[in-house]
Amino acid sequence: MATALDKPPAAVDSSSASSRPKNGFRKYWHLYAAISPFYLLFLCFGLIPVGFSFYLSLHRWDGLGSMEWAGLSQYKYLLSDTDFWNSIGNTLIIWALATFPMIFLAMITAVMLNSAVRFKNVYRFAYFLPNVTSVVAIAIVFGSVFSTNFGLVNALLQAVGIDQIAWLNTPWGIKIAIATLMTWQWTGYNAIIFLAGLQTIPSEVYEAARMDGAGPVQTFFRITLPMMRPVLLFVLIISTVTGLQSFSEPQVLLQNTSNDSTFAGGPGHSGQTMVLYFFQQTFDNNDFGYGAAVAWGIFLVVIIFSIVNWRLVQRRGED
Amino acid sequence: MAFLQGTRRPKAIRGTRKRGIALHVSLILGVLLSAFPFYWAVIMSTHTSSEIFSYPPKLLPGTHFLENVRSLFDNIDFFGSMFNSVLVAGSVTFLVLFFDSLAAFVFAKFQFPGKNVLFALLMVIFMVPAQLAAIPQFVIMAKLGWIGSMTALIVPAAANAFGIFWMRQYMKSAIHDELLDASRIDGANFLRQYWHVALPVVRPGLAFLGIFTFMGQWNDYAWPLIALTNPNNVTLQVALSQLNGTHGTTDYGMVMTGALLALVPLLIVFAVGAKQIIGDLGKGAIR
Repeated sequence: MATALDKPPAAVDSSSASSRPKNGFRKYWHLYAAISPFYLLFLCFGLIPVGFSFYLSLHRWDGLGSMEWAGLSQYKYLLSDTDFWNSIGNTLIIWALATFPMIFLAMITAVMLNSAVRFKNVYRFAYFLPNVTSVVAIAIVFGSVFSTNFGLVNALLQAVGIDQIAWLNTPWGIKIAIATLMTWQWTGYNAIIFLAGLQTIPSEVYEAARMDGAGPVQTFFRITLPMMRPVLLFVLIISTVTGLQSFSEPQVLLQNTSNDSTFAGGPGHSGQTMVLYFFQQTFDNNDFGYGAAVAWGIFLVVIIFSIVNWRLVQRRGED
Repeated sequence: MAFLQGTRRPKAIRGTRKRGIALHVSLILGVLLSAFPFYWAVIMSTHTSSEIFSYPPKLLPGTHFLENVRSLFDNIDFFGSMFNSVLVAGSVTFLVLFFDSLAAFVFAKFQFPGKNVLFALLMVIFMVPAQLAAIPQFVIMAKLGWIGSMTALIVPAAANAFGIFWMRQYMKSAIHDELLDASRIDGANFLRQYWHVALPVVRPGLAFLGIFTFMGQWNDYAWPLIALTNPNNVTLQVALSQLNGTHGTTDYGMVMTGALLALVPLLIVFAVGAKQIIGDLGKGAIR
């Protein structure tokens, strides 16, 4: 993951330390054999499929009949496909609604955990718990919490005299419900990663800052945050790559709120993420060719967005 | 945020204690937020639907848990699905531990032509999103006749880039080269070195990767949803989703009971391996 931080290998070459490499494969065949299972699997279920999916995206195919050459026409259609652009918008909004509160809360939690001496392990256990639960089970629970008629959120609103909100039936309600679920599931996980980062900052640094008369807020922004940048970058990139490919949360939460497809993402497709749209096109409409084009579109969006995020965090470091 | 500093001055003891209490109060609030959905699932799984639909909402456990369990078992093949989940998660975990640690051992401790290229390729593979390969994967497996069976879930997951990368990092520091050299002088071949020298040393790392893999497979949803085309032969997550999709608005008590029971095996695995998981997760991120 953090290859840049990787220490140079101190390993002594234990197999060829005594002799010069001569006949490559004869000498090293057992090493190639040992790493081969992964590469064979990758060839069959990774490389060939990825190549094939590009070939597919240039064809029209329903998965059964014969393929029909389509050239770049499906990509052209993708660019003007309002449903696809809608799904990009939904994905980015949900991602932002989930990620920024999550990173903020995780950082606060990590700083608090770092200073709490007692019960640290109990806290860490409790905070990590949401992350090990299955998205399906937890989406069912959140579906009931955000239910219009008997949901807990609306009951609370009613108790303070606010009208009920049809959470899973309005564009923003849907996005907030999905984002809340994601924030709940990932805040503790990221807090524990931040905590590990905080623990690598030597206490002498804080000591020195205190000697120079730095207050706690100043210490946080001048020392903690800059030294945490690599960890922050790691968390942001992982959140981007996973968050932009969210599928299970909206699918389980909204699968029975819309009549046309279990991948529709709720009324008005307002909770339909990019990957949900991919599933709908591919496995509900059996449009394998266009589905492949959508998959490449998603790949491009994820890469562009990851690079933008990475550059933003990096550049701030140079100031 | 004055609690950032580890040292305390005697004068500030009073303030520190107050801050300490405030700190623990906010941390406990966070714990309650983390735990609340579990509590809510328990509440709902112990009530009938009409009780759930009534206002004000129930905040204490009810008495209809067994009733809900019975109607859950009537509606889905709970134990059959659970068996499938155990089969898939167990097999994948076993295969991943073997293949990943073997490959990681090679990358961590040996030199051979093409090593850097192959390892760089591993990192690229790590980044390729699943849906890019999903359609051809589905087509290939349909050709092989695996669609609808658990083989479609087990085989492609039998080795993964993350595990190899992570184990390599672990083995680089955990296995000392002197140990390998000594075993080589004693005449141990590659497999013996792997089995008798490397594996015993990295047992904690294997525990982390094993628990992590098992939980990931247990919770996997998107691919099983597509690949398991026979609705009567699915994993637990897919069965749960069916329950929610078809009975969603009718019997919430039963659906919630299913969600709750499906969490139990996972919570047990997590409780056993929590220390390993939480400790090593952090290490992986900052290494």
